[in-house]
Amino acid sequence: MIWQFDLIILVFLVITALISLSVKDLLSAAMIFGVYSFLMCLLWAGMAAVDVAFTEAAVGAGVSAVFLIATVLRTSRRSSD
Amino acid sequence: MSAVSDFPDWGDPNSPANSYRLSQHYVTETIHETSVPNMVTAVLADYRGYDTMFETVVIFTAGIAIIGILRRFGNDDKDAAKPTLYTKKPDLIIDTTCRLMIPIIQLFALYVIAHGHHSPGGGFQGGVIFGASFILLAVSRDLQAAQKWVPEKRILNLAGIGVLIYAGFGLGSLLLGQNFLDYAILHKIMPATPIEARSHSMLGVEIGVAFTVTAIMFSIYSNLASNGSMKEGL
Repeated sequence: MIWQFDLIILVFLVITALISLSVKDLLSAAMIFGVYSFLMCLLWAGMAAVDVAFTEAAVGAGVSAVFLIATVLRTSRRSSD
Repeated sequence: MSAVSDFPDWGDPNSPANSYRLSQHYVTETIHETSVPNMVTAVLADYRGYDTMFETVVIFTAGIAIIGILRRFGNDDKDAAKPTLYTKKPDLIIDTTCRLMIPIIQLFALYVIAHGHHSPGGGFQGGVIFGASFILLAVSRDLQAAQKWVPEKRILNLAGIGVLIYAGFGLGSLLLGQNFLDYAILHKIMPATPIEARSHSMLGVEIGVAFTVTAIMFSIYSNLASNGSMKEGL
């Protein structure tokens, strides 16, 4: 692990987590949640847990983001609270 | 936050998780006992075979539950919310790109499945990538184009066959007089030594997992995207 990379990724991780929780437009929230998963995947890869990073990239950043987007497009676009 | 400093360091060989006998056994003996270099897959598919089998069953059950909740038969599509980004125009760039990408994605998925016990990857990841290639087809054209390759009935058959392949390896070793999912005994019906039989059986159960995951991933997407009617995607 290179701590400079880790620091940058962790800062972006917190930022994306906060944005995806607070943004009103659910489509952007789903997109940013995909970015969060990809940053998480980079962290796993940095910790040499390649199997976990692979799963996170395929399931977290790939398919679950698609599921969320499909659901948002078929329901309402904006959060009501 | 104050408790974080009490955790063992990253990669500390003396931490409780690393110094316990069982993990040392996995690290040093996996290659001799199963001839599989990737010990993560060996633990998942062989030493902890029950867990992975019931994870597959969980995926299967989740897919069945989503079909049960979302799937609608009949033509009452009036109250359905129309997707907001819907355009029907075919696009040359998107069509060509996806036609080039999808075979490569599927080939990579098959590599990930078949090479899961030698390098990172395995049935879950390869199955998800394979299912994602069908999802890409459904997104780039429409749902009908992808359903020509994986119609609904074939999805359910594939998902069931995947679980049955996994359970079949377990039952095979049970019938030959060993414990459930104890693959070493399968060397009697495979042209392999007991150690190689464990490696080959791991490949077999990964293929079973991949069948289920591929089918269920596409089934979940097509139900979500078409609002359960399976006619018109996003």
